Amino acid sequence: MTFEEIYRQEWGQVVATLIRLTGDWQLAEECAQEAFAAALQRWPSDGVPDRPGAWLTTTARNRAIDWLRREAVGAAKLQEIAALGVDQQEQQEQQYDVPDDRLRLMFTCCHPALAMEARVALTLRTLAGLSTAEIARAFLVPETTMSKRLTRAKQKIQHAGIPYRVPPARLLPERTPAVLAVLYLLFNEGYSDVVRRQLTTEAIRLARLLRQLMPDEPEAAGLLALMLFHDARRETRLAPDGALVTLDDQDRARWDHAQIAEAVEVLDSALHRGHPGPYQIQAAIAACHATAAAPAETDWHQIAALYAQLPQTPVVALNRAVAIGMADGPAVGLRLVDELAAGELTGYYLLPATRADFLRRLGRRTEAAESYREALALATTEAERRYLEKRLQEVSVTA
Amino acid sequence: MKYLLMIAGDESAAAHANDGCGGWTEEMEARGVVAGGAGLRPPDEATTVRVRDGDVLLTDGPFAETKEQIGGFVLIDCADLDEAIEIAAKHPAAGYGTIEIRPVFEPPV
Repeated sequence: MTFEEIYRQEWGQVVATLIRLTGDWQLAEECAQEAFAAALQRWPSDGVPDRPGAWLTTTARNRAIDWLRREAVGAAKLQEIAALGVDQQEQQEQQYDVPDDRLRLMFTCCHPALAMEARVALTLRTLAGLSTAEIARAFLVPETTMSKRLTRAKQKIQHAGIPYRVPPARLLPERTPAVLAVLYLLFNEGYSDVVRRQLTTEAIRLARLLRQLMPDEPEAAGLLALMLFHDARRETRLAPDGALVTLDDQDRARWDHAQIAEAVEVLDSALHRGHPGPYQIQAAIAACHATAAAPAETDWHQIAALYAQLPQTPVVALNRAVAIGMADGPAVGLRLVDELAAGELTGYYLLPATRADFLRRLGRRTEAAESYREALALATTEAERRYLEKRLQEVSVTA
Repeated sequence: MKYLLMIAGDESAAAHANDGCGGWTEEMEARGVVAGGAGLRPPDEATTVRVRDGDVLLTDGPFAETKEQIGGFVLIDCADLDEAIEIAAKHPAAGYGTIEIRPVFEPPV
């Protein structure tokens, strides 16, 4: 394992343990950083220890003790930390089945009393170990802004008394969605932009961790499966010229089939528990696409039925209309889309784009061109625009 | 941790003025988390105080023009924010108005 891999894997655990021991987020992070710096110095000559995580945690804990001793604060706290040897604490956790510190950290970072942007930033910093500069870059804000956001969030945790713990069982149903939402947001931030791929990787890593830590929560597995299905198609989503490639036109041979197989397994094990939720249903829809050998073999009836089970937001209704149109023909699809046309979807480029595609399939090229132009004016990314321009040209040339 | 629960309603809150607090007060007193509090007269009976350059400036009415009005407050002392949320959520006013939970400033020891 490279140092980078060890860092990614162990950072969250080291910080999480140090927060539990010291109760001080800033100190925990600084000590973790020092421990990794020490490792970088020592390991090349001494060799990587058998359990790098334990080595790092012990080193970080010793730094914390040194610091507290220097500052001569909290003699009681100091004794408490010194008494809790890392190994002893690991034993205790196995014995009493204390939840993993990282799970505590995840629920604290994603506490609903924090603003969504603060939750995302904190999760990336403390659990994934991204630097403030990296997070700032990913969210296109200046580093000072991100730094202030992180400081404010940590202060709120401390001053408002947000507990550092996994919520009790009765609160889990209302708190788990916040954690899942942060992870999915992270994933989507990375998925929509090639430059920010790192976020996608981190989101998947954290979703894997969450599933491992909450094996009884099928929605955690559902989210992981959903991410794996989408991510398996990443290499085929953009043409060499940067245009978006729709599912129909993607080269299915280049999808990551091992990852799709893993996603199917994760999803199946979740569905077997008999508590389907929005993430499992979305993953099941992604599975219909990912497991079809060719576009024509896609089970659109099944997809339409699955969309009907999701909370009916305007976007879900649009997707459902698309699925029904694909199953029952473009005329049916067009009628459904036109029924949706007013209201909350105004300004959403996929509405005219979907309309345009149905019109194109019906051979109504002039109207299709008009709808493509409307969609072009609303598209937000370069990839979307290029795709729409291509389509517009097609219907214009043959019109 | 000490928190101030600022209980606010809009104009419709008057309709709930004589509702009482059901079993909330009794439960919270039994739990020993209430450290003080009171219901308040309406904001049009408020006086706002500012001192600028040594002059005391008085204004008739509340400090901010908002639809929500603070109708009462409770000072609680409980373990953490989650317990404070649980206590606030049980307050009957949470059902029609809003309750802001504000940690009380505690000087560093």
